[in-house]
Amino acid sequence: MTEDEDNLLDVAPGIPHSNIVSETVAYVIGLALALILTGVSFWVASTSTLWGPGVAVGLVVLAIAQMGVHLVFFLHITSGPDNTNNVLALAFGVLIVFLVMVGTIWIMAHMDANMAPDPAIMNLQMQH
Amino acid sequence: MTTEAATIGLTHGGSEDTGLGHRGPESKSIVVPYGFWLFVLSDMILFSALFATYASLVTATDGGPTTNQLFDRTLVAIETMALLLSSFTCGLAMIAAKRKNMFWTQGWLIVTGLLGAVFLFIELYEFAMMIEEGAGPQRSAFLSSFFTLVGCHGAHVTAGLLWIGTMMAQIWAKGFKDHIIRRLLCLSVFWHALDIIWVAIFTIVYLIGTLP
Repeated sequence: MTEDEDNLLDVAPGIPHSNIVSETVAYVIGLALALILTGVSFWVASTSTLWGPGVAVGLVVLAIAQMGVHLVFFLHITSGPDNTNNVLALAFGVLIVFLVMVGTIWIMAHMDANMAPDPAIMNLQMQH
Repeated sequence: MTTEAATIGLTHGGSEDTGLGHRGPESKSIVVPYGFWLFVLSDMILFSALFATYASLVTATDGGPTTNQLFDRTLVAIETMALLLSSFTCGLAMIAAKRKNMFWTQGWLIVTGLLGAVFLFIELYEFAMMIEEGAGPQRSAFLSSFFTLVGCHGAHVTAGLLWIGTMMAQIWAKGFKDHIIRRLLCLSVFWHALDIIWVAIFTIVYLIGTLP
């Protein structure tokens, strides 16, 4: 086995880099980015200067960005060849999470809007 | 002999490929954390079902208290800060463990555990206050789904705290052996994953729930 092949070996998620300074710096950068994103989230939620209906969407985007920061800087998921298995498993997980959440919310919201019983019938049932 | 075997399909074109790549199966230090990574991802899928339930039931308050009346953003901000910092110190503990430094590994692990305990304490305080106000899990479908989702995360944090204590004892008693390092790596993956789930909880439940 050559030195080059050695570099292509898989790594497990969460394994830090090799140099103590660059390792620590990576965690500090991750912490700083996460703190900024958290701070912006709380600010966006409490300010009234932004367009109201867009705030919830903005918060979700900020949350997804922060999850990405955690994955890259804390769990060390990279796009390198040694990380292919970790990324593929993550992609499958994200797909299922997306299907479960969006599918449920979509269907349940439509059921709620289209199949709610008539208020008059509800009153009739309550009287029995 | 080799060419003969190849023609009847015993080997793959003389490459001696076993179907597991040229090197054979990966070492335990790769396979174990990878398996744990799969567990963590399936745990996230479990949480996605709880999130979907919560999102469907958040307006089903049955005339009881709503999200805006119940949640306190200041407490949530402190909880978020405690969990984020504990994720950071958990990473520092891993850096120290890789260099087999007993003092800093134990030190950062105990800081991680204490910050996790702060988080858990605030969460239990919040739950106790809600139940006292008559906003317990039996009150409405919304509150049932709230306590299931946030309580499930809290249960994970509790398990994480027990695990941190166990790992500190194991490192102390057995030193930085390979299998101990593997367990520690799995613990750090678990702990970082809990923080990722908390990001979704504080955004979807607390911040979006308390928008004016």
